[in-house]
Amino acid sequence: MNALKNPAHRAWLVLLVATGITWYLGEVGAAGTLAIVSMLLIAFVKGRLVILDFMELRAAPRLWRALLEGWLILVSSLILLAYWISLK
Amino acid sequence: MTIVTATLAPGVAPDKRLPGDLAIWFFILAEMLAFAVFFASYAFARASHVEEFNLYQQTLDRNAGALNTVLLITGSWFIVLAVQAAHRDDARAIPRNILLGFLCGAGFLVVKVFEYAAKFGAGISMSTNTFYMFYISLTFFHFMHVILGMVILTILWVQAKKGVYGAHNAHGLESGAAYWHMVDLLWIILFPLVYVMR
Repeated sequence: MNALKNPAHRAWLVLLVATGITWYLGEVGAAGTLAIVSMLLIAFVKGRLVILDFMELRAAPRLWRALLEGWLILVSSLILLAYWISLK
Repeated sequence: MTIVTATLAPGVAPDKRLPGDLAIWFFILAEMLAFAVFFASYAFARASHVEEFNLYQQTLDRNAGALNTVLLITGSWFIVLAVQAAHRDDARAIPRNILLGFLCGAGFLVVKVFEYAAKFGAGISMSTNTFYMFYISLTFFHFMHVILGMVILTILWVQAKKGVYGAHNAHGLESGAAYWHMVDLLWIILFPLVYVMR
């Protein structure tokens, strides 16, 4: 379990599991509001792990961390808005 | 000792730094904004063609998409390991991990080529319909970024073999690594958006 002390190893494991969940949701044909929100949430968590633990922006100057996390929020919000419009 | 303590501003972490060169981060941000426009265009185009998008999304190979996600995530992870190796001056682990990351990228390209061959073989093209126009252009634009990332990894590998990187000099390696992680980050949004969300 010593290996899990490395944030990169932890991030990699979580990313693999999260990818498996998204794939599974596709296999069972998940659709609609709950499925869309879940998948966006999973993508958001994954993206954040890449930004913080792979790009190593966790300890970076606040501006750069905010810019990349802000991008993630912007993209997720736009996608959510478009899907919300499509469900109306 | 008192002088050292006095020069450190209180509450500021001494290692608060941006990995790599500042220029690469501006480049990454520009690339990410271009993809943000692409992703939003897809989502809003879908809103006015919901049935078409839902129907043709079913023809995509989700297994290939998920496998490619695993390949990019793992490729990114190897590059993190290469950077970590540089920071602890483990000269042999640097090129080894860069090579493994490169091979994951190559695996991605192979899977994607098979996927494209199946689609093009079925007579599908950019002009087939709006969904395929987006599917082909979005994934191909990303495909080109994977190739550029692999070119960067090749340069990093050559430099690493020469022993350029170490705790004293990891700047170039960190810059290339950041670009490679961006390629991964973009696919993490692209895969659920185009292949799964409905």
